[in-house]
Amino acid sequence: MWSPSPRIAANAPARPAARGNGRRLLPAILVALASLPSLSAAVKVGDAFPPLAAAKLVPLAGAELPALAGKVVLVDFWASWCAPCKAAFPALAKLHADFSARGLVVVAVGVDEKPAPAAAFAQKLAPPFSTLHDREQKLVARVEVPAMPTTYLIGRDGRVRFVHEGFHGDRTAAELRRNIETLLTEKPSP
Amino acid sequence: MKPRRLLILAALAAAGSLFSGCTHPGLARVRPWERGAFTDYRLRPDRDPLHAALMEHAYFSREAASGGRSVGGTGCGCN
Repeated sequence: MWSPSPRIAANAPARPAARGNGRRLLPAILVALASLPSLSAAVKVGDAFPPLAAAKLVPLAGAELPALAGKVVLVDFWASWCAPCKAAFPALAKLHADFSARGLVVVAVGVDEKPAPAAAFAQKLAPPFSTLHDREQKLVARVEVPAMPTTYLIGRDGRVRFVHEGFHGDRTAAELRRNIETLLTEKPSP
Repeated sequence: MKPRRLLILAALAAAGSLFSGCTHPGLARVRPWERGAFTDYRLRPDRDPLHAALMEHAYFSREAASGGRSVGGTGCGCN
């Protein structure tokens, strides 16, 4: 009858222990891999939006940065070389006309590297809302916008409530309108 | 799959990405707000008229068999 040699028998318990280590390591590795995207500092829904007043934004067109405390704020990141950004401006102007009296503030932040194209863009479109230039690209880098344009809707508490990547015509305009209605009907927290 | 094999595969994948050039320090990731750099004059393929004309001549000469710039070519490749 076959029986394991003493050496094999002595080593036998070591294998399950080694496997056990591997099994303990595996979840840790998977958790580490899964948490990689969350290491990004991008501003997401639920985060406090960085203060615009401290971002050294240069006014280009429309009013200067108005008071934002207690308001619903729409922040749109645009660039002069971005066609969808240009297409979004009439829709933003419509939202501004329809909701500014109820407490919406629209702020368009240009992210061009050079000031001249951004100024020309703003001058040509002449938006009725506050249009500013993030000349040093610090705000946009802090926010880490995922696409151009990206529109952030910020609630009265200063936290990001909705993020819209890109501008897809009437569909995006309708979604923005619906989201703004939701935020404006919310009662401000005491 | 056994955990040890999985670990080896993960290590190989990490080494692959490390040595494939994806992590080369000379490479820069162009972020969405930096894409205006792609509109730079130096990145236009037709910025040199002479080079563009030479390339065009080479194209319609060598690709004549498949019609070149038009579908009316005879395919002789002699022009």
